[in-house]
Amino acid sequence: MGVGIQVENLNAWYGTTHTLQDINLHIPANHATALIGPSGCGKSTFVRCLNRMHETNPIARATGVIKMGDLDIYKDASPVEIRRRVGMVFQRPNPFPTMSIYDNVASGLKLNGFRNRRILDETVERSLKQAALWEEVKDDLKKKSGASLSGGQQQRMCIARALAVDPEVLLMDEPASALDPVSTSKIEDLIFQLKSQYTIVIVTHNMQQAARVAENTGFFLNGKMVEFDSTHKIFTNPRDKRTEDYITGRFG
Amino acid sequence: MSTQPLTPLTPQPKPSAFSTMRRRTMNQLITVLSVLSTVLVIAPLVAILVYLIYKGASSLNLAFFTHIPAPVGEPGGGMANSIVGSGIILFLASLMGIPIGIAAGVYLAEFARGTILGNAIRFTADVLNGVPSIVMGISIYSLVVMQQKHFSALAGGIALAIMMVPTITRTTEEMLSTVPHAIREAALGLGVPKWRTVLSVSLRTASPGIITGCMLAFARVAGETAPLLFTAFGNQFWSFKLNEPIAALPLQIYVYAISPYDEWHRLAWAGSLVLIVMIMVAVTLVRIFANRGVLKGAS
Repeated sequence: MGVGIQVENLNAWYGTTHTLQDINLHIPANHATALIGPSGCGKSTFVRCLNRMHETNPIARATGVIKMGDLDIYKDASPVEIRRRVGMVFQRPNPFPTMSIYDNVASGLKLNGFRNRRILDETVERSLKQAALWEEVKDDLKKKSGASLSGGQQQRMCIARALAVDPEVLLMDEPASALDPVSTSKIEDLIFQLKSQYTIVIVTHNMQQAARVAENTGFFLNGKMVEFDSTHKIFTNPRDKRTEDYITGRFG
Repeated sequence: MSTQPLTPLTPQPKPSAFSTMRRRTMNQLITVLSVLSTVLVIAPLVAILVYLIYKGASSLNLAFFTHIPAPVGEPGGGMANSIVGSGIILFLASLMGIPIGIAAGVYLAEFARGTILGNAIRFTADVLNGVPSIVMGISIYSLVVMQQKHFSALAGGIALAIMMVPTITRTTEEMLSTVPHAIREAALGLGVPKWRTVLSVSLRTASPGIITGCMLAFARVAGETAPLLFTAFGNQFWSFKLNEPIAALPLQIYVYAISPYDEWHRLAWAGSLVLIVMIMVAVTLVRIFANRGVLKGAS
């Protein structure tokens, strides 16, 4: 089951650049939340703070409080634990090229020392079915490299890989921006189905996509969150002039 | 969509017959030059092999692989102890050099990017790579042999291991830096600890290149004579002890080649042929072994 996320006074820096300024936000459980805004506005930095990937960059740092349910992710747990509970799908599909499709999906469990064959088999099948890829790959699970799939299939495999560790939150950083329209619509269908079980945060440049998949939408600009509201409200009747300018295509 | 053929916005001038001919001639010229260069690169290797077979193959017989050297004046004899000795020294060298080399490369690529210590190690490795092998021999002579008070297989192994390390370290670092950052992020994002990501993702992805580096280093030291002169020393008899002088193919070839006897000269040629073939076989075997686990469509 998904869990809600509470963000309080989040600030983040890359070196001396202040990339996120005083972000306050509640991401409700078992809903899809979209983050929109022009390139470089801090959306990606924001989601990377949610699973503490931000700190893998030595010049990056962040302050503030992020709570998953009751858990303060910066105080009460190690980054490794957080990342097991907060899955991430990246902008470009990033399969492990040396691993088979099976090993790619099972990697989160296997690389953490999990060896039970039967449970691994079940998890791989369940995750690939959840990611709507099972039918296409079930015959060459262990024969083919994960890198041999098409771009859209690779991305769905990466989603399956993230789901296999049974996270509560799924972060998606422009998951369809490198894909063709058919693959994109498959990913969107997936998000639609997955949000009943996971809390989903999706960064997107495509405003129609945000409107199609997300209940709530946040608009970021120059490191600040300008507006956060129900998707319907943001796209039909935004409070802030800048949000309106952006969604009507006057800039960005 | 119209079905009319596309026309360029500004009509291109038709190239003159002269410029077309010039372009084609140039193209052919460059192709011929490339092929010639390739032949020039391969020719010495083929020449060496052919000459070795011509000079050495006739002296190869079963005794060469089963007997130890015969005393001066007696015909026959072989290099069995040298072949085994070389095997032992190279095994020792690989056992020490490969893990240390790879570990240092991993440190440089994954943990010490842009640090002063990292740059210092990188510089040291490059300098060490340029140290003449005879200098390495003398250094190990004073550092190991003088302390032990006798020559030994171990000292030979250490000398060759130190010669292997810089090549392996630098190749490992280079190969790891070609592994896309996105793949490391994928593993970290799944909650895989950094050490595990380095071992199972970065190193595994870079392994074909790292294996090539190890093979290069191995092949390079397999034929080294100078570092063994003052360390392994050579031995006319069987020896399997690590703290005793031991025979090695390059040493035996050296001794035989500078001797005044025709019989020994022939044996030196045979030894050279065996040495080259052994290196080629070892490199090929490792390649075949390393390629066995590669999946369909893996890049």
